[in-house]
Amino acid sequence: MKLLTLNFLSCAVKTCKTSPLSFPLHPKDAELAKDDVEPNPDLLTNILPRLDWSALRTTAAELGFPDLPETAPSPEELVEGGKTVQDLHELLMETQIVEGKLVCGCCGHEYAVREGIANFLLPSHLV
Amino acid sequence: MTSLPSSSAAPAVAKLTAAAAADPAAEAEADAYERTHVHGVYQAIASHFSATRHKPWPGVASFLQAQHPASIGLDVGCGNGKYLGVSPSVFMLGSDRSSALVALARSRTAHPDEPATPQGAIKTRGEAATTGAAAPATATPTADTNANAPAQGGRSSTSDVLVADGLSLPFRNEGVDFAICVAVIHHLSTRARRQDAIRQLLRCVKTREAASGHVLVYVWALEQGNSRRGWEEGGEQDLLVPWVLKSQTRTPKTKAPRGPKTSKDTPSGGEPPSPTASADAAGAGGVGQPDPVFKRFYHLYRQGELEEDRDNWWVVAANDAPISRREK
Repeated sequence: MKLLTLNFLSCAVKTCKTSPLSFPLHPKDAELAKDDVEPNPDLLTNILPRLDWSALRTTAAELGFPDLPETAPSPEELVEGGKTVQDLHELLMETQIVEGKLVCGCCGHEYAVREGIANFLLPSHLV
Repeated sequence: MTSLPSSSAAPAVAKLTAAAAADPAAEAEADAYERTHVHGVYQAIASHFSATRHKPWPGVASFLQAQHPASIGLDVGCGNGKYLGVSPSVFMLGSDRSSALVALARSRTAHPDEPATPQGAIKTRGEAATTGAAAPATATPTADTNANAPAQGGRSSTSDVLVADGLSLPFRNEGVDFAICVAVIHHLSTRARRQDAIRQLLRCVKTREAASGHVLVYVWALEQGNSRRGWEEGGEQDLLVPWVLKSQTRTPKTKAPRGPKTSKDTPSGGEPPSPTASADAAGAGGVGQPDPVFKRFYHLYRQGELEEDRDNWWVVAANDAPISRREK
């Protein structure tokens, strides 16, 4: 699962949806892998406004990546390329969580990630 | 498969609906029913089912291609992921209730027939790192130097997949630009659950702005006058439709179940299985044994039931009532 995807996921439990604690989910015991993905600056530029930047900073910090800037880079910075674009590309598109868990900060439920696929099916008492 | 008739699911549905009306906690019964007659079936037939599902329905494909480049979309009930690569300029998040189908979708998007980028098909996985170990961002991206790089490491750069229930979607509110949900909602056994599924889709998309915020939903239609199944207006809507799990040593001559036939914008149910279809369908009957039959629950939508504004049993909806406003 790409870190880009994680930026769009919150807890699957309905009662958690209204809580700000349910997003982003927190990786636990995460095993990461890095895929070699062809850079696509246009895609990055367009995706940027759809990201929750502060959640992405949280995720990056929790996984031990270098700190991201406090505010998202501007489209101009992205067009210029350079290290920011490369870092973002690596972080969002190439980095995968292959094994581990994703934990909701609201209810504490842990979702398993196995072989790169996160499973959000809930036990019956949480549906 | 052609000769097997559908059977009525009406008594079961009446019971589920009554139970749910009497006690909201009885939702578990409907869930259990779908577990048997939908989820369990797809888990068991995933490989065979996937082998008959290659061609995107034209209406869905044109909807995807009409989305803004680089927008982000959901495919809820993505099955084997056949829509995830239709438009390489959008990023698709696919989810399905069946882990078997999601695994197929993941391997399929990792080895697309037509890679989104020229070198896209031969990506190799770089170094793996555990949380807290050597800062991953500084890892050398040259996979060629990594003797352990497995060939299956290549991943599509424009999609991702996960396992989730359509009634408990893990996507944050108003996060994505659009969503599709193709031939999925008719598998839910009560009207309340089908409506809830559409509500869930709308929750995930941005409120309407320009061309985004749209949700495309396809369901099977009741009115299929020319159908070999004989479904037509006034007929029963809640049915168990058989799926014969063909042992894969011979080419199935029969066709997959059809979607609505009256519109030209409909699925061609008879897509031929791929000649290279894998032969590992679990539980396939051995020589001389009858092919196992699985009964899938379907609610056939009658005209006007899904939405009043379209006549072909598909609908494009928009999220006009914001659930919450996220301030930047």
